[in-house]
Amino acid sequence: MGDRAAPLVVLDSVSRSYSAGGGLFRPRRTMQAVDQVTLALQRGEITGVVGESGCGKSTLARLITGLIAPSAGHVRFEDADLATLGAPALRAMRRRMQMVFQDPYSSIDPRFSIRDAVLEPFEVQGIGLTEAEADARVAALLTMVGLDPSLGGNYPHHLSGGQKQRVGIARALALEPSLVVLDEPTASLDVSIQAQIIALLEALHARLGLTYVFISHDLRLVRYFCTRIVVMYLGAVVEILPEPQARPRHPYTLALMASTFVPDPTRRREVQPITGEIASPYDRPPGCAFAARCPRASALCRSERPLLVETAGHAIACHHPLE
Amino acid sequence: MALLTLDTIAVTIGQAEPLDRLSLDIDRGEILGIVGESGSGKSMTALAIMGLLPLIGGKVSAGAIRFDGVELTKLPEADYRRLRGKRMALITQNPMTSLDPIRTVGAQIDQVGTLHMGMRAEAARERSIEIMEQLRIPDAATVHGQYPHQLSGGMKQRIVIAMALMGEPDLIVADEPTTALDVTIQAQIIQILVDLVRQRGLALILITHDMGVVAQACDKVAVLYAGRLAEFAAVGEIFASPRHPYTRALIGCIAKEGQASGSLVGIPGTIPGVFAYPSGCRYHPRCALAVPACAVNVPPEQRLGAARVACDWVTEVAHG
Repeated sequence: MGDRAAPLVVLDSVSRSYSAGGGLFRPRRTMQAVDQVTLALQRGEITGVVGESGCGKSTLARLITGLIAPSAGHVRFEDADLATLGAPALRAMRRRMQMVFQDPYSSIDPRFSIRDAVLEPFEVQGIGLTEAEADARVAALLTMVGLDPSLGGNYPHHLSGGQKQRVGIARALALEPSLVVLDEPTASLDVSIQAQIIALLEALHARLGLTYVFISHDLRLVRYFCTRIVVMYLGAVVEILPEPQARPRHPYTLALMASTFVPDPTRRREVQPITGEIASPYDRPPGCAFAARCPRASALCRSERPLLVETAGHAIACHHPLE
Repeated sequence: MALLTLDTIAVTIGQAEPLDRLSLDIDRGEILGIVGESGSGKSMTALAIMGLLPLIGGKVSAGAIRFDGVELTKLPEADYRRLRGKRMALITQNPMTSLDPIRTVGAQIDQVGTLHMGMRAEAARERSIEIMEQLRIPDAATVHGQYPHQLSGGMKQRIVIAMALMGEPDLIVADEPTTALDVTIQAQIIQILVDLVRQRGLALILITHDMGVVAQACDKVAVLYAGRLAEFAAVGEIFASPRHPYTRALIGCIAKEGQASGSLVGIPGTIPGVFAYPSGCRYHPRCALAVPACAVNVPPEQRLGAARVACDWVTEVAHG
């Protein structure tokens, strides 16, 4: 790893906890949404983060972009610790890291025209543009994401879901960021439109040399799109596949793979899907969080939490990994 | 004779015609997949079968729906209601549309037994728990006494399936039953539905936009586009030799195992709304193979063995 250039982003044992409740008769309960995640994002990489609802992947996305602060640990962007930056410096830093959200319906203000929505990042950053410059930027950005520049005068409700997500991407790219965190950007779209958006993101990645973090629950899509895959379960990283086609060694990753539907009727799944559901993060079991659903679990798994151990870039947190 | 036959039905809602001359059939022990993008008419087909179009101000304006020899489009509502509770059941995407938030899930399953099957309360409760156990609901007796908000999405969907099974239906229509669920739970629910068909010999119509689900679960497939049938064929044929360009494009939207990055394309453009259907073949503005005639002529359904395809270029496409 030493011969590689310095990573763009480094997460150093980052945790984020939330507490809830605490009423008259109920004690306050705390949960670890993200639990001691250590991760380096190399420039130009597409890191996929997969896991089921509640595994902490969206919280991780917000930690990486500094939208929320870690309860413990450090997030460094180009060697600057986000926690030590004051608000103005953090805001300036945010030009370099942008986020695209799942729901294009709620991430654009319905009262903004598409032109206003695309220009909003400049306004937030206090970048004054003349009318002519603004026109040119809007036209260039809309063209870049495959939209007709004449759409600028329209409002979000005139646009389809796919078009709105393209506007979301144009906004994210407006300030020429280095890092774009994509939080389930295609989850609410039809498959045909999902494929269009992925193709657009691939083209932009190649053209602009971007670094992506792609958050998704769709392992099929992640294996196609990403250069590396981080698998999360109940707030913790359980496996990092150094390449998308690497053979999974954690039983949970294997279960996720067995749960995806291969679009080939001659290869119908024979393995039974895993039983049970993800445990409540407020009630995290001791030992391995996956043990209750795991076919390989032993007494050790139920008592002692496995650490994430890396060999040749392939990291895994399991007492009984698959060969 | 098939258990359910849709014979060239059309659906109208006011001036709109979201379904145009659709013919389908399904028999006991079969799983029919209905696929297409949002706005293709999938859910409209489900509502037409279940007799629920009046709820959204629509009706079957032409054609016939026959269920076990009974013509449904002329059935009085009271008879339809009896049919819906017992012999045919609908499972929707959001289980909360089928569950009452202020009653225990057990009471809601029991009610199907007491209301439609003439069971006594105690017998209904026993039967409910038995069905819940078959659906692999852990600790079924406890869950029976819980309220919907205490259960996860996957568990709620199982409760809805239990309600459906309580009436011992011949037909289940499942409209995107797993879209809102996590992948591991989705796999569990689809497996449960497939097992039900194999074990009980009921007929299942599985509406989905996921070609992966179709490939893994269905026996035959209807591909809809903008309110019309594009292609109907056995699942093996659909994937091995898709004939309609739209079917091909839909399959191409899913990344295959080991597919090279940069090779996923999607389908250009978007599906037209119900008031903006193009002339001729409704798919022609997005079709890579379209010729000027496609904008003029409505392609008739061509029969190829048991399959049907609505594309004038079907022979060229099949060999292309």
